[in-house]
Amino acid sequence: MSTATGRSETPAIAWSEDADVPEGRYLLDRAGLLGPLMLLPAIIYIIGLVGIPLVLAVLYSFSNATVGDQSINWVGLENFRTVVQNATFRMALKNTILFAFVSQIIVIILANILALVLSAEFRGKRLVRFLVMLPWTTPIALAVLGWFWMLDNVASPIDALMRMLHIIGPDTIFDPKARAPILDIPFGDRNVRWLSKPDLARLAVLTVHVWRTLPLATVILLAGMTAIPQDVKDAAEIDGASYWRQLIYVRLPLLAPIMAVAVLYGIVFTFTDFTVVYVLTRGGPVDSTQVLATWAYFKGIQGSSLAQGAAIALFLLPILVAAAIVMLRLARRSETA
Amino acid sequence: MATIEVRGLTKQFGDGPPAVDHIDLASEDGEFLVLLGPSGCGKTTLLRMIGGLETPTEGDVLIGGRVVTHLPPRARKIAMVFQSYALYPHMSVYDNIAFPLKAQRLPKEEQRKKVAWAASILGIEQFLNRKPRQLSGGQRQRVALARALVREPNVFLLDEPLSNLDAQRRASARDELQQFQRSIGTTTIYVTHDQVEAMGMGDRIAVIDRGRIRQIGTPKEIYDDPADTFVATFLGTPPMNLVERDGLIFGFRPEHFTPANGSHSDDVVRFQFVVHREEYLGSERLLYGEIGSAKAVARFPATTDVELRIGQPVEYVVARRHLKFFNPRTGERTRD
Repeated sequence: MSTATGRSETPAIAWSEDADVPEGRYLLDRAGLLGPLMLLPAIIYIIGLVGIPLVLAVLYSFSNATVGDQSINWVGLENFRTVVQNATFRMALKNTILFAFVSQIIVIILANILALVLSAEFRGKRLVRFLVMLPWTTPIALAVLGWFWMLDNVASPIDALMRMLHIIGPDTIFDPKARAPILDIPFGDRNVRWLSKPDLARLAVLTVHVWRTLPLATVILLAGMTAIPQDVKDAAEIDGASYWRQLIYVRLPLLAPIMAVAVLYGIVFTFTDFTVVYVLTRGGPVDSTQVLATWAYFKGIQGSSLAQGAAIALFLLPILVAAAIVMLRLARRSETA
Repeated sequence: MATIEVRGLTKQFGDGPPAVDHIDLASEDGEFLVLLGPSGCGKTTLLRMIGGLETPTEGDVLIGGRVVTHLPPRARKIAMVFQSYALYPHMSVYDNIAFPLKAQRLPKEEQRKKVAWAASILGIEQFLNRKPRQLSGGQRQRVALARALVREPNVFLLDEPLSNLDAQRRASARDELQQFQRSIGTTTIYVTHDQVEAMGMGDRIAVIDRGRIRQIGTPKEIYDDPADTFVATFLGTPPMNLVERDGLIFGFRPEHFTPANGSHSDDVVRFQFVVHREEYLGSERLLYGEIGSAKAVARFPATTDVELRIGQPVEYVVARRHLKFFNPRTGERTRD
């Protein structure tokens, strides 16, 4: 930088005179040198914090390494075989996919609605925008602790509200012995005990994921909506299209690439998430909310079987690689368009 | 076909002066009416109110004698071509043109016929399967026109449709557009800031400045008989010379400003003209200088020889019939 400013201050006429420029003075102006130099920190970072751990994980997954003995002895596919045969692993795999995809289907629908609402003019819009963004700015662990308390077996404010509205508790519309039709929950209980029942606990994890990733998707879609040229919207209006026709045939298709970006981000975030399940349920009750990230941790670190933990974590790879490829494609398409 | 009329039309955005200020304007049936004015003069806002994209603060819009002020655009049977063409980028040319027909829920077979008809008029049959981004500016413009034409609207609204074309292409597009309008005979309102487009294409021109119509008339009327100093200086390159003398503003076109050459005619008004600079433009020459303290320009065909004395006053004349007089206070025309 200093050479660049130094040169621009020199009057242009002086150029012909200083023939004896010291060699190397404009070294940093060479793209061939400056480029790699600027990239270096990023490359070191990626190799150190992503590359090496990834290679280690792959190596461990084919070895019998433990937390106590990290030497790598080749055992082939042994770890994968053991891991797959475990019922908890299969539950974790199912949950990981369920949480990521179902939450993002819900998020993309809600984010579209929210973004449409927030792109309209109304009083208090800035406040609403701020509130919508709030979950994204809260640290994950803190936010999940908040949910943990909201869903607490005894102190849950949600239960208190439901009791106030006479939805749960004795002498309510539900007979104490009655059970809710789908979830098979005894509603007559004093409390719902959200995190103590497998289906409700899964619903809780899903809800937190939706709550957490909705703001980013909304903001991405909002930016996408404002990027649709006013002229195109006006043209659709003039061409006689009703609101719904404009939305379905013009706005949403133009928004589709942006929606794909929002969904991909959401999938990557939820697919790899560790904190929500770890803080909210620890994978419980009885491993019913385990996901790959938590199961890999419980198995590999707490259970000290580093090799099996690595094997479990590697199951995240295919989906993440696919997501990365789609993202890069989208990025390249928007560059050439 | 239909006429367009606006009565006392006003649009106010927030505080400050209105963008459109009590405009009254009526087109004739099948007319090519140009709204001409500098950027920010309110011409596009006026057009958008006629189209229904903007709600007037005051006043009424009538299409075919019917008040449509509170009808949405789709109820007005109008078509509009935008400066950016506003094609739907994700649809093929065919789907772009068919979009207004789909909105009308026309049967598929009807749609196909009408799209083919519109595409043939504009000569874009071979592009129907392409996407807009695969077309040149001129081709996109023709697709936008086809999309406007296909619904057989009562009125065409065109918002600077040529400004995104390069200069060469613009001249031929002007010609095509005018022929197109003549052949279909639909009432057209055309917004532009380009006086060449306005003069060349308009049956009539409405000159707009600061939300008001300064003058409306044929291109010849507007050029030869400007209603005020704004119109006089807005049209013509270079614009009309304005020189204050005897408590009036004398206005005359540069082409009517010639050396006296010792003539003693009484039919002329004499000026002492000091030339500062000459511009040679191939087919013509422009002499820039001053009359007293007022700037003035004289224009000659390149074929005439004019003796040039830079920096010295030379006697120039203007025939009386070419002089226009303006009130120095209001800028409006007074007696001739």
